[in-house]
Amino acid sequence: MQVLLFANLTEACGARSVEVVIALPAHAAEVRVAAERQHPGLRGRTFRIAVNARYAAEGDAVTDGAKVAFLPPVAGG
Amino acid sequence: MSERFAFRLVEGPVDGAWALAAVHGTDAGCTLLFLGTARASSGGRAVLRLEYEAYGAMVEPEMRCIAEDALARHAVLRIAVEHSAGTVPAGAGSVAVAIAAAHRSEVFAAGAFVMNELKMRAPIWKREVFADGSSSRVQGS
Repeated sequence: MQVLLFANLTEACGARSVEVVIALPAHAAEVRVAAERQHPGLRGRTFRIAVNARYAAEGDAVTDGAKVAFLPPVAGG
Repeated sequence: MSERFAFRLVEGPVDGAWALAAVHGTDAGCTLLFLGTARASSGGRAVLRLEYEAYGAMVEPEMRCIAEDALARHAVLRIAVEHSAGTVPAGAGSVAVAIAAAHRSEVFAAGAFVMNELKMRAPIWKREVFADGSSSRVQGS
C-alpha cells in the first residue's frame, strides 16, 4: 500500500509517499511498525496516522483501498 | 451561507474578507475576526516568509469537526476559517477565523477554542525562511 508523507517525513524519506508491504486488513499500529521496518527514515520520528483523511487510533483497522498518511506534529496557524 | 461552517485553503496570504463575508447575516449582533499574521522575526532572526504545506483532503473535514465542536459548546451562529497554503510574506495574514453570534458573550471563547484546536489538529505544517537564505521547520504542537 502507498502511504502519504508530509513535512519532515518527506525529507527523511526523500519522497512524498512510500510503499509499505503489509497484509490487509491490519491495525494502524501494524502499518506503522511495517513502515518503520521497511523505511529507515521513519524510525525515531514522531507521527500520527490518518486513515481516509481522519486521525486513526493505533488499534483502528486499515483495510484494502484505505488512504493512509503519516502526519508529523502539526504547525498550522 | 446556508451551512454554519465554511472553510477554504488558499494559495498565498489571507486578509479575512472572505471569512467575514462567509459568516455575515442579519441575525448576527457581532462578528469576531481573528487574523493570524506571519511575524518578521523568530528567535532574533529576520524572517522573510513562511511556507505552508497542508494535507488538503484532510484539512476541511478536520476543521469541520472542530467547528461542530465549537458550535455545540458556544452560543454562536456561524464559523468560517480560511488558511493559507504556499508562501506567506512576513507581515501578511496566514489564517483567518470569523465567528458571528447574536451576542458577544461567547464569541471570544469560541474563537480561542477554534484556534487552539486548529493548532493541535489541523494537518498543516510551516517552514520559516530567513533573510540569510536558510530555513527551518516550525516545531509542531
